[in-house]
Amino acid sequence: MTAVLQVRNLVKRYGEHTVLDGVDIEVAEHEVVVLIGASGSGKSTLLRCVNLQEDLDDGQILLDGTDVSDPRVNADLVRRKMGVVFQAFNLFPHLSVMDNITLAPRVVHGTDKAAARERALALLARVGLQDKASAYPDRLSGGQQQRVAIVRALAYEPRLLLLDEITSALDPELVGEVLTLVRSLAEQGRTILMATHEMGFARQVADRICFLDGGVLVESGPPDQVLADPVEDRTRQFLRRVIAAGRLG
Amino acid sequence: MTSELQRDRLAYKRSRARRSTGVAILSTLVFAVAAGWAISASPGWPRVRSSFFDLPTVAQSFPAILAGLWLNIRVLVVAEVLILVLGLGIAALRTLRGPVWFPVRALATGYVDLFRGLPLIICLYLVGFGLPGLRLTGVPNDPVVLGGIALVLVYAAYVAEVFRAGIESVHPSQRAAARSIGLTYGQTMRIVVLPQAIRRVLPPLLNDFVALQKDCGLISVLGAIDAVRAAQIAAAKDFNFTPYVVAGLLFVALAVPCARLADAAGRRLARREGAV
Repeated sequence: MTAVLQVRNLVKRYGEHTVLDGVDIEVAEHEVVVLIGASGSGKSTLLRCVNLQEDLDDGQILLDGTDVSDPRVNADLVRRKMGVVFQAFNLFPHLSVMDNITLAPRVVHGTDKAAARERALALLARVGLQDKASAYPDRLSGGQQQRVAIVRALAYEPRLLLLDEITSALDPELVGEVLTLVRSLAEQGRTILMATHEMGFARQVADRICFLDGGVLVESGPPDQVLADPVEDRTRQFLRRVIAAGRLG
Repeated sequence: MTSELQRDRLAYKRSRARRSTGVAILSTLVFAVAAGWAISASPGWPRVRSSFFDLPTVAQSFPAILAGLWLNIRVLVVAEVLILVLGLGIAALRTLRGPVWFPVRALATGYVDLFRGLPLIICLYLVGFGLPGLRLTGVPNDPVVLGGIALVLVYAAYVAEVFRAGIESVHPSQRAAARSIGLTYGQTMRIVVLPQAIRRVLPPLLNDFVALQKDCGLISVLGAIDAVRAAQIAAAKDFNFTPYVVAGLLFVALAVPCARLADAAGRRLARREGAV
């Protein structure tokens, strides 16, 4: 069976600086793939490229076997099959929680308003925020905002969920509620590609971990192998630094 | 129950507040008296009073000037609507990205450069006398319409820049989020960027509106019988400048509510931004 996402030989440069240098990654249906690596290793750039928010310098991105990185493909139509959750939540501050969530279903997918609202309320109930439907984002805590952002990305049943360090901007005591939600998404069989610094969490939810360093995919494999018994020197060094920082829970 | 210490502090703060208020009132009075004395004691004051502040002339000229002001208000309202539409359109064109849009962008930029730099009075002459001079069919020759067109041309350039500043102040992450859920460029602009941008530029827009109010008086140079022109006619009757002062005060009275509205909008925005 074709993987949901195939990234082939992806190259991305900003001026002279090569951020991604020939990366290959596959994400199969119901699989959770976690990208780890230091800041600047290319994790976020990779996610933006997959979401077609950047022009590629080489390589291909295939969604369900179709090359969507071809400039002849309408990127807007591709993006609606993916849901993205950002580090800084990026909720629309002038729209209520309900409108944030139902915007894409109504405007992009043509769902009628009542059906979109009903689905949004069901999703909000699942993340424990049904009473916040009419609130505005600035009235919510960081953890609540991020849970709304996840619901917004789920509202149109995307084929692939991209999570870009979604707990990095949260206070430590709010990280748990967001990770719990992501864990339940993984258990529901969502197809997820995520970047994170939470190694303990990565070990629990990941089917496969990919370690990026300097824009190159250094090592990938099951979490127990990559995190506990890495083959590559560079992976070992990175993990040693993470342990020294107390981040390997 | 407040403690002895706190009561003592509050009493001290109140006494300081009373003192500041007293100083403020006294200094204002002293200044007003001094300024009033300096003006009324000046050698030319009797002449100035009779030619600028003559009460019978006020009563005589007031109805005509008020009727003229009504014309100014109508021009103001129609022009402002057109200015907002045109300004927003030009701002949107100026923020288009990509080489395909270069000609459109260049045209919009050229428009803004031209009409922001051109003195309003010259624009009024060019449109008011030049346009009908072409003798094209369908070109209006009503000075009110022509004056309104000139005002719209110049003010739309200013307002476009205000809108553009607002559009560019919306963080790129908002566009990224909007595109990520599948919105097109146009939908992103309309649903996500513009509502946030417009809210932010409301105070400067109101400021431009106040400026437009008084500049509406300049259509008088084309011969429209507005408040300024009515004052001019009344003043010419017996070489008394009082009608100009009447017209001036009426324009000020028109601007004050708007200025307070702009203040309030600014405060509300500051509160909102502070709360985020």
